[in-house]
Amino acid sequence: MAKFTKKKEGDLPAVSTASLPDIVFMLLFFFMTVTTMKDSSLMVANTLPNASEIKKLEKKDRVIYIYVGTPTQEYQKVFGTEPKIQLNDKFANVDEVGSFILAERAKKPQELQNVLTTALKVDKEANMGLITDIKQQLREVNALKVNYTTYEGDAFNNLQ
Amino acid sequence: MPRRKGAPEVNAGSMADIAFLLLIFFLVTTTIETDAGLDRMLPPIEPPEQDVVIKQKNIFTVNINRNGQLLVEDNLMEIKDLREAATAFLENGADGSCTYCKGKKDPSSSDNPTKAIISLKNDRETKYSTYITVQNELVGAYNDLRNREAQRLYGSDFTTMESKYLDPETPSNVRDELKDKVKRIQDMFPQKLSEAETTTD
Repeated sequence: MAKFTKKKEGDLPAVSTASLPDIVFMLLFFFMTVTTMKDSSLMVANTLPNASEIKKLEKKDRVIYIYVGTPTQEYQKVFGTEPKIQLNDKFANVDEVGSFILAERAKKPQELQNVLTTALKVDKEANMGLITDIKQQLREVNALKVNYTTYEGDAFNNLQ
Repeated sequence: MPRRKGAPEVNAGSMADIAFLLLIFFLVTTTIETDAGLDRMLPPIEPPEQDVVIKQKNIFTVNINRNGQLLVEDNLMEIKDLREAATAFLENGADGSCTYCKGKKDPSSSDNPTKAIISLKNDRETKYSTYITVQNELVGAYNDLRNREAQRLYGSDFTTMESKYLDPETPSNVRDELKDKVKRIQDMFPQKLSEAETTTD
């Protein structure tokens, strides 16, 4: 019947969704550029202290990270609650730090090997004894440039 | 009998607007994460060739004990007073060779900023957060003095000049210009912050 085949008057024309892929791609590229890959998952508690006189760590390829803190809940049964060192994806003892630095340094391109910085990401509850041992290890392998990674903030918040 | 049409087509015309809204939202809120912290140099392991004799008055000793208390030049001190004390020590200028210092010229304190050394010692039981606070205050003392001189000479803060100099996105001609300025200010107040081995007792 004509009544059913007739097109309604006020019908909207279908919107073209041809540009939708472009938008999605744009979003995709945006996230691709912004996302930084996390290369190792943290196995230690890592609440950094605050400091105000900080410098930014530019150029991620010139940085070697060392994490220190108490093991997280799931590792506490095995590793206890004393602060531990995490190198890449595993716990390590103090005497392994030196060889770790040497191994990491060897992986970097030749021209960067002399300008590497060691970033110490240490939980604020850790004791200095362990840090001093790490510093001694770093001195032994001549990795003298260190950065105590902190959050930006008032340093006196640490004391509470 | 009611006629059942297919589901009505949803208007997707505003999809692009929504996508843009999201895009702008993320653009504004996302900060590409860069780590920041206190840069320090460790002393080399080999001892220097000849022994260097340093006068006691040129050394500013800071000791942190296991309870986070400070012993500065053999006196107990609160951490909040440390920056001021360190600043006063650094720019004391007892021998008068430092023309830009505004210190008291106390003969029992440092000769001039290039000779002044801050020695930081800590206990093995000292908490890391306390140590960082003390480091921060000492670096802050240097930065305060450097900022003051940079303001006087170039009308800009040393810290902003330095971060601009270190920023890889700064054009190279600007960086070359900044290099001399930064170097000059650094030489006026060289950062001599010694960290000796920890005392165990």
